[in-house]
Amino acid sequence: MKMPFRKMSPLLKMFNNLLIDLPSPSNISAWWNFGSLLGLCLMIQIITGIFLAMHYTAHTNMAFDSVIHICRNVNNGWLIRTTHANGASFFFICIYIHIGRGIYYSSYYLTSTWTIGVLILFTTMATAFLGYVLPWGQMSFWGATVITNLLSAIPYLGQTIVQWLWGGFAVDNATLTRFFTLHFLLPFLIIAMVMVHLMFLHQTGSSNPLGVNSNIDKVPFHPYYSYKDIFGMIIMLMLLYILILTNPYFLGDPDNFIPANPLVTPAHIKPEWYFLFAYAILRSIPNKLGGVLALVFSIAVLLIMPMINKKKFQSTQFYPINKTLFWSFLSIILLLTWIGARPVEDPYINAGQILTITYFLYFIINPTIHKIWDYIIFKH
Amino acid sequence: MAASVGRICGAGLLKSNSAISLNQISSFSTTREWSRGRKLLLATIGALTGGAGALAFALDQSVKASDLELHAPKNLWSHNGFFNSLDHASVRRGYEVYKQVCAACHSMRFVAYRDLVGVTHTEDQAKAEAEEVQVTDGPDDTGAMFQRPGKLSDYFPSPYPNEEAARAANNGAFPPDLSYIVPARHGGEDYVFALLTGYCEAPAGVILRDGQYYNPYFPGGAISMAQSLFNEVIEYSDGTPATASQLAKDVATFLRWTSEPEHDDRKKMFIKAMGMFTILAALAYYLKRHKFTVLKSRKIQYKPKN
Repeated sequence: MKMPFRKMSPLLKMFNNLLIDLPSPSNISAWWNFGSLLGLCLMIQIITGIFLAMHYTAHTNMAFDSVIHICRNVNNGWLIRTTHANGASFFFICIYIHIGRGIYYSSYYLTSTWTIGVLILFTTMATAFLGYVLPWGQMSFWGATVITNLLSAIPYLGQTIVQWLWGGFAVDNATLTRFFTLHFLLPFLIIAMVMVHLMFLHQTGSSNPLGVNSNIDKVPFHPYYSYKDIFGMIIMLMLLYILILTNPYFLGDPDNFIPANPLVTPAHIKPEWYFLFAYAILRSIPNKLGGVLALVFSIAVLLIMPMINKKKFQSTQFYPINKTLFWSFLSIILLLTWIGARPVEDPYINAGQILTITYFLYFIINPTIHKIWDYIIFKH
Repeated sequence: MAASVGRICGAGLLKSNSAISLNQISSFSTTREWSRGRKLLLATIGALTGGAGALAFALDQSVKASDLELHAPKNLWSHNGFFNSLDHASVRRGYEVYKQVCAACHSMRFVAYRDLVGVTHTEDQAKAEAEEVQVTDGPDDTGAMFQRPGKLSDYFPSPYPNEEAARAANNGAFPPDLSYIVPARHGGEDYVFALLTGYCEAPAGVILRDGQYYNPYFPGGAISMAQSLFNEVIEYSDGTPATASQLAKDVATFLRWTSEPEHDDRKKMFIKAMGMFTILAALAYYLKRHKFTVLKSRKIQYKPKN
């Protein structure tokens, strides 16, 4: 029998192995849709970003006005701009659900895939932060000032690194131009990292809700998951455009409609919603260096997930107490997000500190309960 | 019906998709031996905790008692809602208020006269509006700057040549540019309306400096802008009675438009997009279900050798 062309052509073979004949577990649920949704988000951000870059001017005197120019004078510029801004939010919604699914179903046992995934998360966060600075509104400027100053907590070299990063003695034009350069560049690095992520994933195959070896029952990616992913993409696009076309600035901050002014500090400086949980953790530690370390560790802790969780069943659904812990952990993150948006005053300070402790405790209690449960189930 | 609703709500989203898997999960589940009462108790505790949290959040949101400022009450703007356009007659009246009252101190540097065409004015009317102002242009052939009547492409004139001049004329306070004042303030047009109609006597204990006025909606209460809108302070060209609240409402609507000239297009696009996405989603869902039929309805039989 003649082999189909898609399997012979060196170029098509790659796509065939990725999107058509890829053996996939037969029982993966809708929670496995978020990987492809993230791919869609990345494409949306890159395409809209390129169109925005055609009209944006990375100069402190013109950046704010150029964004307004895009919204008012470029054909459908308002749509491109709001798609890019809200697309970032949807990117993070999908990332967090993707990670949540990975934790719940212990997908982190695919260690290489998981590790590169965490690195993608870090890079995406950096890209989003750099992008938020570009409109050069009040919150852009002060957000950049606060976050870059975190590096000054590094002993001995901190201040030097901060000034090197700024390209001067304050957040200024040099900072804006380099942030724009990096914001343009990093998404392409993310694409490369995503390819590595997929390469590692396809070495082992996807995990599945049961946590059993997927090789028992696999189906080709197309038509099953290709159509399922298309359905998921349409739903996500629908939700994205409901937000964009009904309330495009709902997730933004009013202060960013005011041009950056280094002489006027906003009453409450806060990052975009997707960083609020980490921001709350940062503010909960009274020591600056400690706060910065806690902030970094709140994400980096994901890297040790494969090492700390050793258990008999893979999926959390077989561990009832861990199920409760998982949803409690999710509640803690939501509460931290709320605390991050509140002013630094009582009772929010204490609440933030308690939540920070419980956030990190999850990574100790969760594996412990796994062990205890395994002992109870398998002792006989 | 109930089954469909359950399926759509995704009651089983966290579970695997095949019946065999569900059986396996069930046999591993440690809660399956729990008594009905115990499950009910746990569900009740969960519901009560969630309910209490939601109630606390709702109370916090309704009074915002943790904040030290007075929040603007929400009004039923005619352009609220997914399908409502701006009231263009109101936008036009708002322009008249801006031009005759606000423009004395506030700039609007992102709005051009061409923006008025087809929104509040005809092209000829907008040209006439533009020609009312003198614009510095040049240099001419001799290298000198000159004054000429405004054109459609000109932006609204600024009342002051620079920020310093504005501060010098306003007791040190800088009247902000109004192009994006609505999205730049918490509360949007509700805030603008509340601020313009909210002037009152300062309560005991509040000390105001010279040139300051009391307005509870302004952060801190002390505002350098005097009350500007009074009954009949201007006369509307369409004969609408110019009460202070009418003036405030119209100028707030106008300022919503200046900050978002695409407002009406956006909502029209919403209707189109939802129509399109609904059809696409239905088709994609059908296609997905159709393709999965084989997988979902298969039976796996174990046949031991001999």
